Amino acid sequence: MMDTLTQTDREPATAPFLAGELGPGPAWLQSLREQARTRLGEIGFPTTEQEEWRFTNMAPLRQWPLHAAEAGARQVGPADIEPFRLAGNGYCLVFVDGRFRPELSTLPGPGAALRAGNLRAQWDGDGRELQPHLARYADEKANFFTALNTASFEDGAFVSVPAKAVVEQPVQLLYLAASERPGAAVHARNLIVAHQGSSVKIIETYASLTSAPHLTNAVTELALGLEARVEHCKLQNENERAFHIAAVQAAQSRNSHWLSHSIATGARLARNQIQTWLVEEGAEAILNGLYLARGEQLIDHHTVVDHAQPRCESHEFYYGIMAGRSHGVFNGKIFVRQDAQKTNAKQTNRNLVLSEQALINTKPQLEIFADDVKCTHGATVGQLNDEALFYLRSRGIGAGLARRMLIRAFANDAVERITLAPVRAQLEQLLTEWFESLDTSLSSHDR
Amino acid sequence: MLEIRDLSAGVDGKEILKGLNLSVQAGEVHAIMGPNGSGKSTLAQVLAGRGEYAVTSGTVTFNGVSLLELKPEERARAGIFLAFQYPVEIPGVNSTVFLKAAFNECRKARGETELDAVEFLALVKKKTNLLELDPALLSRAVNEGFSGGEKKRNEIFQMAVLEPKLAILDETDSGLDIDALKIVSRGVNKLRRPDNATLVITHYQRLLNYIVPDHVHVLVHGRIVKSGGKELALELEQRGYDWILEGAAANGKP
Repeated sequence: MMDTLTQTDREPATAPFLAGELGPGPAWLQSLREQARTRLGEIGFPTTEQEEWRFTNMAPLRQWPLHAAEAGARQVGPADIEPFRLAGNGYCLVFVDGRFRPELSTLPGPGAALRAGNLRAQWDGDGRELQPHLARYADEKANFFTALNTASFEDGAFVSVPAKAVVEQPVQLLYLAASERPGAAVHARNLIVAHQGSSVKIIETYASLTSAPHLTNAVTELALGLEARVEHCKLQNENERAFHIAAVQAAQSRNSHWLSHSIATGARLARNQIQTWLVEEGAEAILNGLYLARGEQLIDHHTVVDHAQPRCESHEFYYGIMAGRSHGVFNGKIFVRQDAQKTNAKQTNRNLVLSEQALINTKPQLEIFADDVKCTHGATVGQLNDEALFYLRSRGIGAGLARRMLIRAFANDAVERITLAPVRAQLEQLLTEWFESLDTSLSSHDR
Repeated sequence: MLEIRDLSAGVDGKEILKGLNLSVQAGEVHAIMGPNGSGKSTLAQVLAGRGEYAVTSGTVTFNGVSLLELKPEERARAGIFLAFQYPVEIPGVNSTVFLKAAFNECRKARGETELDAVEFLALVKKKTNLLELDPALLSRAVNEGFSGGEKKRNEIFQMAVLEPKLAILDETDSGLDIDALKIVSRGVNKLRRPDNATLVITHYQRLLNYIVPDHVHVLVHGRIVKSGGKELALELEQRGYDWILEGAAANGKP
């Protein structure tokens, strides 16, 4: 998608992330990995001179002595997982430091309406179901970290939903960083294939059991068949020293429906690429996002909605709340290709800035090559409404609670768009904890 | 109950109240009338504790407590209630959640136990009947998408739930048709008790046909220039404010 890349200041791209070794797998996968490694060299490590990385400086990551996360660095049992698991009867695939842990997972049985397991089991078999999809959608031509992931990933989740299957139980992919040794890197890779007319709900959770700094570099590809419906929710709440980089790429067939949520509250630096490619007519995508940053956090969302064919719809709503000295970045790109007549594309980004030191860079980017289209975008940056605050206080509600109510209200639309009640419940709790942590920093300007 | 002494206050460096005096006893209804720009709403906002208004001199004592030193929420918990002239729409904050929080914060401050959801809903039901308020409104966000009349009724409904000692009604009649005006007034009258008081701020006499005041004060250029019984309101209705303005000018008080 991006062809012009800075030619200057290129350094050996692989080190220190790869010990020069490619990830495992059969010949067809090795050839994908080889290609990706070649691209790594072409793209080069991102710098703020590149438009895509202008506000997000990855240089601190280079200073780390990174190493591939070791297996079994720490004992992890069911009690460790419990706080992160969604309530209810859903499936859950657990990965600890990137390793699949079937004994901690809840997997669908042989008679279940879908199949869910790890990628490695697939490529150790005939790999027939992976080959048409794996590394076919994610944009590794332009994205260093996506290419790095393809070259390096050791495992990840594979979910396949057969034609017409409507799966009620959600599928959670739970990634936990556990290693106490600083600098553990995990390249997580997920592939979701929803065949014709199927329906499934996927939740990706990223969290830390350790307080040590670590790197997550995750790539998720979703293939939506004809009229398939997928709700995909990414929850990222890693520790405040972590680097979290993720790309989510959907490819949507005719009349398919993708509901995407990205909820980002964790990590020292988080970069999310949430992208969909509307490949056939009548596809619809809803991109919903909520990012909460405090302290010194940087949370970056780059979204791409690529309208390739006529009569597709996209609705994008991203909400950000920045406190402390945090930094939010939102970049929303919409392509409307020449053939994509009758496109309806809408983008909204709203930001609430709670302190004078917090910063948000927001940028819509519309590139429209068709003439009969409806495209709107809007970005706002604001503070809490003083009149509303006074109104609440004038009824006896303390300043702290009044502020929390208004901040919570700001996030409300994003929460309400999530259809899964257990996810909303988890999110409510997370929001409550987040707001409580803000209280001390906010109470200083009570009157 | 409320003693205002020599109160001066303004906003953005502009003085609006200029030495205002007022005394309200428990059980009384006082009406503050006056032309536009005389400082009526400023008085309401200052009493409720709006931070944008700076008090430059004077004292306000409420049941023996110095009111001006309290935060807005502390004033509310002490029993002050302002029915806003322009109630604020607060998207995303559910009306019932909001009111329950306010109610329980006030109870806590008085050392009373908080009501749980069931008890609170029973109370709400009783009070919505009093104001003939559509209970469906309470499942929506605070004032969001309410009509002008619904917003005003909602203010009095909140007052009915919170049971303040001193209610300040800021232009509650504006934007109400005659039926709504009757409902709102009936609500206010039913809430009157020997131990509470009401300050009705209004431009027009109309509301005072329904909420009959014990005292009427005329506010001009930031101070009370004339006080009287309920008949003063009728006189203002007939003669307008000009004769009072002229009187005030003649006294050398702009």
